[in-house]
Amino acid sequence: MTSSKLPPLSTEEHAAGNGLVSRRWLLRTGLPAASALGLSSGLVHAKELEVPDWSTSPGLDLTGYGQPSPFESEVVRPKLPLFPEGIGDGSGVSFTPLEKLAGTITPNGLFFERHHSGIPEIDPAKHQFAIHGLVERPLVFTVEALLRYPMVTKTCFIECAGNSLFNSFDEAQQRTAGEIHGLIGNAEWAGVSLAQLLDEAGVSPQGKWLVAEGADAAKMSRSIPIEKAINGDAFIALYQNGERIRPEQGYPMRLVVPGWQGSMNVKWLRRIKVVSAPVYTKDETSKYTLLQKDGKSRQFTYEMGVKSVITSPSPGKELGAKGLYQISGLAWSGAGRITRVEVSADGGVTWADAMIPDQTPARALTRFQLPWQWGGQPAVLMSRATDETGAVQPTREAWYEPYAANQLFHQNAIQAWAVSNNGGISNVYV
Amino acid sequence: MSMSKLGSLLVVAAAAVSLSMPALAQSQGKVVSESDLAKWDISIGPDGVGLPAGSGTSAKGATVWSEQCSACHGENGKGGPAGDLVGGVGSLKSPEHIKTVGSFWPYSTTVFDYVRRAMPYNAPGSLSDDEVYAIVAYLLNRNKIIADDAVMNAESLPKVKMPNADGFISYWPLTKQ
Repeated sequence: MTSSKLPPLSTEEHAAGNGLVSRRWLLRTGLPAASALGLSSGLVHAKELEVPDWSTSPGLDLTGYGQPSPFESEVVRPKLPLFPEGIGDGSGVSFTPLEKLAGTITPNGLFFERHHSGIPEIDPAKHQFAIHGLVERPLVFTVEALLRYPMVTKTCFIECAGNSLFNSFDEAQQRTAGEIHGLIGNAEWAGVSLAQLLDEAGVSPQGKWLVAEGADAAKMSRSIPIEKAINGDAFIALYQNGERIRPEQGYPMRLVVPGWQGSMNVKWLRRIKVVSAPVYTKDETSKYTLLQKDGKSRQFTYEMGVKSVITSPSPGKELGAKGLYQISGLAWSGAGRITRVEVSADGGVTWADAMIPDQTPARALTRFQLPWQWGGQPAVLMSRATDETGAVQPTREAWYEPYAANQLFHQNAIQAWAVSNNGGISNVYV
Repeated sequence: MSMSKLGSLLVVAAAAVSLSMPALAQSQGKVVSESDLAKWDISIGPDGVGLPAGSGTSAKGATVWSEQCSACHGENGKGGPAGDLVGGVGSLKSPEHIKTVGSFWPYSTTVFDYVRRAMPYNAPGSLSDDEVYAIVAYLLNRNKIIADDAVMNAESLPKVKMPNADGFISYWPLTKQ
């Protein structure tokens, strides 16, 4: 295709200021050619192609469990212990390296971690899961027993309520997109309906809440409204992206409560107790509550707010030559589907609609894209998501307004990346 | 075979399948008694349901504290690498607020629940119920919530009114933020 066959870029196809290009122009032309944007002075000739060594002798033997290419060894989860060494080892987080991934599914080995007392080494043959409390008949299940049930399958994200905590600092922290926003992962989970198991146990009319508890040394526990399971979408996952859940994700089983605070998706699930009221565990009183300026704290803020982040370009993925780039990122909402993602290249003065799929999934990651013509000028890139309830991602200032200093939970504010005239990218507050 | 005969055979087959359904709906779980679940059933509500027998005072707690807790949580519950558990009462409206057991936690029962399930970090479950009551009494006393001679047990602990008990706003049922 030559540039003369492409429709010209009209004024209205400059979708927003500072070089954002309309998705309509892309739809009209198919794949964009840099020359159509007037950015290329002509095609460059490549050198003669040689036959590489790997094409002239047999490769490696079969592998029992495949590993990434050694050339991808930099694609790992950055780790952040929460306490000094020797104090609380195993308690901390590691981040999904969002800026190094594409698509929407998080590979199992790169799915973020948050442990409150390390990763238990559970023998699945000895693990048991109990349902008891306000039920007609307390039941206990082995893993083997749960595997006999019909499987439910759902793709959804799990996001730590403390995700993006680094943007609660007074000064913008210079970290990658994953190191700021990577306490989220998105996977296809398969497992057993919790409503069915509760039905078998026979929930009494007084049973209104569930206490879910893990088998780790912290015996992490959370109170969960029973509606999330009965006539809801909670389930017990045994598989993640087709294989058995990894130890750091809750092997052999975890609770999944789509769209709700990560810590409610209790890993290494050993027990669900049906109770009449929340039990106010440490992690729904001391932690995962949101202190306001007036001294009161928001509690039971389960749903994760509508949010998005540009993963490319982003810190560590500096721009090279001037020309056409694809702005790409992720959007999600604990309330349901993403209906709109807008992108700005001028710090929020003008916005353009990014491309998203026609059918976006509920409570799962959506990938958005928009072409951007960078002419070497400074820019501030931002994305703003809207969900099916009409909720719009807030600015950092609007998000922070009700909260006390250092309040870090449920941070879903708009992320701004500053692009300098040499293509460097940094985290900024606008 | 005629179509009508085939049809009636299918009806019979369908009836046989539906008769077998109750067996399919049987649970794959095993019935277990609450007493057999006793070692696991460690959740304690704010009403005190689930608190075990036993008791403790802050004087006994001070001994357990220095042996088991102070390395991470500091002498007197302050200044340790794992964060302060004492102090800050009344500070929550201040920009320099300090969240501790005394200033922030709404229920005393949560302290017992958490210490018993998860502490000490390297050996959770190693403390006796008396020792847990004593540690809870120590923390409440150092936060000036209970008197020096107060005895904490299943009766007295749920009656302790925490300073920030009324400091929380529930966002469930679902409330948009």
